Amino acid sequence: MNALNFLLTNFWSLLVLAFLGLVALRIVWRVWRYGATRAELRHVLRRSPFYFVVLVFCFFAAAPFMIMFLHTFKTDSDLYRRPQPFVYRDEPTLEHLDALFNNTAYLDFIRNSVLVGVAVVIITLVLALPAAYALARLTGRWGERAGILMFLVYLVPPTLLFIPMFRIVVLLGLKDSPLALIVVYPSFTVPFSMWLLQGFFKAVPPELEEAALVDGYNRVEAFLRVVLPLSLPGIISTVVFAFTLTLHEFIYGLVFIADTSQRTLSVGVPTELILGDVYFWQPLLAAALIIAIPVGLAYNLFLDSLVQGFTMGAVKG
Amino acid sequence: MNLLGLGKYPLDNRRLIGALFLTPALLYILLLVGFPFVLSIAFGFSDVTVGNTDLSYVGFRNFLNVWENDIFRQVFETTIRFTLLSQIFILIFANILAVIFTQDFTGKWFARFIFILPWATPVSLAMIGWLWMLDTKYSPIDYLLLQMGLLGRGGLLSDNRNLFWLAAPDLAQISVIFVQVWRMTPLATVILMAGLSSIPTDILDQAEVDGSRFMRTLLQIKLPLILPIMVIALLFSMITMFGDMTVVYVLTRGGPVDYTRVLGLYSFQVGIEGGNLAQGAAISLFAFPLLLAMAIFMLRTASRAEVR
Repeated sequence: MNALNFLLTNFWSLLVLAFLGLVALRIVWRVWRYGATRAELRHVLRRSPFYFVVLVFCFFAAAPFMIMFLHTFKTDSDLYRRPQPFVYRDEPTLEHLDALFNNTAYLDFIRNSVLVGVAVVIITLVLALPAAYALARLTGRWGERAGILMFLVYLVPPTLLFIPMFRIVVLLGLKDSPLALIVVYPSFTVPFSMWLLQGFFKAVPPELEEAALVDGYNRVEAFLRVVLPLSLPGIISTVVFAFTLTLHEFIYGLVFIADTSQRTLSVGVPTELILGDVYFWQPLLAAALIIAIPVGLAYNLFLDSLVQGFTMGAVKG
Repeated sequence: MNLLGLGKYPLDNRRLIGALFLTPALLYILLLVGFPFVLSIAFGFSDVTVGNTDLSYVGFRNFLNVWENDIFRQVFETTIRFTLLSQIFILIFANILAVIFTQDFTGKWFARFIFILPWATPVSLAMIGWLWMLDTKYSPIDYLLLQMGLLGRGGLLSDNRNLFWLAAPDLAQISVIFVQVWRMTPLATVILMAGLSSIPTDILDQAEVDGSRFMRTLLQIKLPLILPIMVIALLFSMITMFGDMTVVYVLTRGGPVDYTRVLGLYSFQVGIEGGNLAQGAAISLFAFPLLLAMAIFMLRTASRAEVR
């Protein structure tokens, strides 16, 4: 608590200090390593416009998240009665985080989102893995056309389909059940994953499969024992992105599920943590930030792999 | 490999296995998207509501009603305006960022994490952050402007202590466009990065040998080569934005009055909240021809890019 207190009350000075400290450390390290002080300083000066642009973009991207972090720990009087949005007047408090986890359905939302996400990813892998392999290696012209069709389907936005889907969900008796989302979400995760996986499969050298075939494997075995293990990193990044696509989805979740305890994160937080005109700001902001950080880290970790999948997917096989 | 085609080794037959592998996914998707799509058209020609479930044919009445509705005209116009205006900024920023993030620099990992956050965060949750940033009374942006003397008594922007970001018609529209640019730029950047990294290195090496400097390489080699991918990134984010209702649902619910109401939100409000499924379906169907045109244009650009 003391460390948090210190961090929050000195947030901006610490931010600037950390940045300047890192820059200084880098200069000192490079001078110590290479010894050329003037050249190093000239290098830093020449690069500073570039870093300035990066900093400006980072500031705009991060602004709402910094405010989320800063305001999560504010007491009500600090937040509302004498607005001083950038500094702490009262002691930071953990009561709003406590309230978020213990007095709201936040944990239910997390559970529902994870449940739906995992189920959808499993369905997606079962359907998309073989289909993507077929598009990458096995089918000719008509396979290519099927691939284009899938791509077009991915571009159909949920706003075009949610009304008839709602009708179907009601008819099937799935309203207010996460099962409805589990059935419907593959409609966008499967085309997306097929597109990405196809790129990763194309990156596997075909000679390896040929060798497996010569060794007496059939096509299916070659796919299962040679291609799948070799494209495991790509498959993992596909899993990550397919999962986050389900985490992002809003419209179907909003329309199909009205029962609070069954809602997912993206719908539950903005609709259930606001009572009429009463916004519980600190829990709301905390709820958003707690999800944003891990998803952001995952995206950053798998971004290179995503870019590679995009690039390979666009290359004709 | 079995060169005889079908017959002794069915598990080695490329076409057979290909069809077997592809069919389940294709069927699932066509059923899940095709059937509701047909149903949506059927709804458009019927008088179905949440209460009245039988579909009786009413001809073009829904579409005519929608088309002659002044609110719909405004909503349609707003949707197109938002989509086009935000694309201009997305394209500019995405190009700058793609060039930045295909270079090596110290702190790149952290900078990339920050810049990816707006895209990684579920839209509705990121919008909570902006709802607070643009709050009528407690907006941190307003506070900053107040301290700079731009707001408050005698301020340059307004005599008031607040700008009322989401309550004033013009500012609400600007806010929505800004937030859309904020959240969509990373996606366009990533697509452009894929384009930049697919440029063959021998072309760039050759340029360097020939003495081409950074700006010249960028403007005369890289940009022309990724132009098709830029078009794809542009259309991709246009299509995503055109079908989006989450941003305005959380930020403004279409207000003030109708100023930020977009097509998706309007069809949600009429179809689900108002219970008039037929009318709602008809509204969202008006988006279809435009979406289709954009998708076809995108595919043609993509196939032309492959030929080169």
